[in-house]
Amino acid sequence: MSDILEVLFLQNYNTRLVVLSTTMLGIAAGLIGSFLLLRKRSLMGDALSHATLPGIAIAFAVMVSMGGDGKSLPGLLLGATLSGVAGILTMLLIRNTTRLRDDVAMGFVLSVFFGVGVASLRMVQTLPGASSAGLESFIYGKTASMVQSDFLIIALVAGVSSLIVLGFLKEFLLLCFDDGYAATQGWPTLALDLLLLGVVTAVTVIGLQAVGLILVIAFLITPPTAARFWTHNMLPMLFLSAAIGGASGWIGASVSALTPQLPAGAVIVLVAALLFLLSMLFAPAKGVIPRFLRQSRLRRKVDRQHLLRAAYEILETEAGGNEVRNESFPIKDLLTKRAWSQRKLRHVLAVAKREDHIEPAAPGMLHLSEPGFGEAARVTRNHRLWETYLIKYADIAPSHVDRDADMVEHILGADIVRQLETYLGEKHISLPVPPSPHMIDLGKEETK
Amino acid sequence: MNWTSFDNWIVIVGALCAIACALPGCFLVLRKMSMMGDAISHAVLPGLAIAFLISGTRSSASMFIGAAIAGVLTALFTQWISRFGNVDRGAAMGIVFTTLFAVGLIMIRRAADNVDLDPGCVLYGAIELTPLDLIPVFGVEIPRAALVNGGALLANLLVIVLLYKELKLSSFDPDLADTLGYSSRFLHYLLMTMVAVTTVAAFESVGSIIVIAMLIVPPATALLLTRRMIPMLLIAAAVAALSAVFGHISALIVPGWFGFDSTTSSGMIALVAGGFFVAAWLFSPTEGLVTKKFLMHREAFVEKPSAESAS
Repeated sequence: MSDILEVLFLQNYNTRLVVLSTTMLGIAAGLIGSFLLLRKRSLMGDALSHATLPGIAIAFAVMVSMGGDGKSLPGLLLGATLSGVAGILTMLLIRNTTRLRDDVAMGFVLSVFFGVGVASLRMVQTLPGASSAGLESFIYGKTASMVQSDFLIIALVAGVSSLIVLGFLKEFLLLCFDDGYAATQGWPTLALDLLLLGVVTAVTVIGLQAVGLILVIAFLITPPTAARFWTHNMLPMLFLSAAIGGASGWIGASVSALTPQLPAGAVIVLVAALLFLLSMLFAPAKGVIPRFLRQSRLRRKVDRQHLLRAAYEILETEAGGNEVRNESFPIKDLLTKRAWSQRKLRHVLAVAKREDHIEPAAPGMLHLSEPGFGEAARVTRNHRLWETYLIKYADIAPSHVDRDADMVEHILGADIVRQLETYLGEKHISLPVPPSPHMIDLGKEETK
Repeated sequence: MNWTSFDNWIVIVGALCAIACALPGCFLVLRKMSMMGDAISHAVLPGLAIAFLISGTRSSASMFIGAAIAGVLTALFTQWISRFGNVDRGAAMGIVFTTLFAVGLIMIRRAADNVDLDPGCVLYGAIELTPLDLIPVFGVEIPRAALVNGGALLANLLVIVLLYKELKLSSFDPDLADTLGYSSRFLHYLLMTMVAVTTVAAFESVGSIIVIAMLIVPPATALLLTRRMIPMLLIAAAVAALSAVFGHISALIVPGWFGFDSTTSSGMIALVAGGFFVAAWLFSPTEGLVTKKFLMHREAFVEKPSAESAS
């Protein structure tokens, strides 16, 4: 137990660097990935990370042939960055000069650059006197063996990238939501695009050696997508995404440090995926379950209103122009009003019984309860108000208006109904309530 | 260069695999799902690991089944997340395949003590070794990889010939396909299954780089050369086959230029396919960059006198 706390709270010297770097990496990637998600370019990180491979191999070959240490990190990172930038330029060029779409451009860069990378890596590995086995760690990550210089590089790049993103927040937002507008306002959209992709490249490249070629992609995609479920606003989404990224890096690296045989990159990705799954299912704003509940609540409301209106209209027909009275009527009459299956009818009636809208009646008959009858009158009234409004102001033919009214009336709020009443010159319905036979003491002033 | 019967087989296997990938790739590219091949080829890792842990052998049959299931699941999960969660499909794909890859990586690492299953060998199957694994068919020794990839090619060809109209329709207008009674969802999953099976068949024998490249690059090249479906399929198949041939040849020649012995054929095959794409990009008769420049010049040249004569 104390081990766990020690690692989580950075007390342990051996794991402190690792945990700190993956956390920072997660924060930076979470920030930057949000913009990729909004531009529908999430897989850019995928293409980019594969496109760095030729650069790594070539940088290695160049450094060895110049007699240096082939595995010097800054050199490899420089090579990776250069070939990543080349990949991005190719991608933009394909997109802007052909009618091929983003996904093809990304796929092209990914596969061809990766092919070149593998081919050149294989050549380089035969170089005499230089074992290049360590280059593999770029593909699978080597989080555990991170040293202080790696940490400094990661901290520097992650910090600078985050600052750039926060500094150009307004411009990047504009670029993501409406690049055409940005261009007409005189913003250099191409330069901004390149800056954004440059930051993506930097984070991808430093992420490579921390979590590996494939898993750095998850860092850029998963946190923003998870954050998107929680909010409809961009700024909260950005910070939430950074927080989710940071938390994944922090928890993931800590867990992997405590358990031998668990590669850190993979654990980090799984933590992020778990957070994504929870967000997707339970986030109140856009999560699947809250949305499903909202929808089924609305569906229940619609069914109830349909039932009550059908009942009211049946009673109205039976009354034949006189005052509508609350009487029993055969259930099967409902089916002339609504195209419900038997099962659906049973379900709707059961719900209505639970909500006290209907009272027990003779078999095969339906009897509205007192509140049910009042609600039925109200629902029918709303429907007709809305129909009248549509006919009067929206020029909808009376023969068609029922359907159109049906689509909207269920979500009419009380204040809209009141507005309708004033438009249509209708009076509020209010029951005549006799004055109270005794004194009513509100007693508000005294108690306060 | 030292051309042997080995090299013949490598080229044949490469070409079979390349064509098998390029055909479904055309539909992927038209459906804006080019990255699916890449996603599937990473996401099969847990399928391979589970198949290995259950069967205890590296026998190709169980690995094949495990990987194919994982591949289809990738497509399924991606579809679910993007539909129920309202997530951009690229992002959904990215989340699914990185997660599955991570699961696979952990499984392999956990079982590493008694398992000879290197993630590296999954990503780069060696096409150079295919002629060593021979099985007799009607008394002739042919590489198993040729049989596997040839089978995948035949299956793809069969599906495309039988369901050509439906696949084409649902690629361009899924809603129309639905209203005409061809379930676009069924066709989507059929295509995904094709891609998954082809991918697995191919990289189990020749490595995933060829697969990813051949799913995208030949169809993209063909798309620059034609706007019709059947010519697109034919051109993609031709580009794929030529890439395999010239890719292997250049794998033998090119390293010599830099003073190296050899390199992987799969990487070079991807590179040569990229070369074809760039050629089409620049010189496509209808929309190549250079062609367009040239045409514009000529038009400016030709238009003037005709305009004068008209006035």
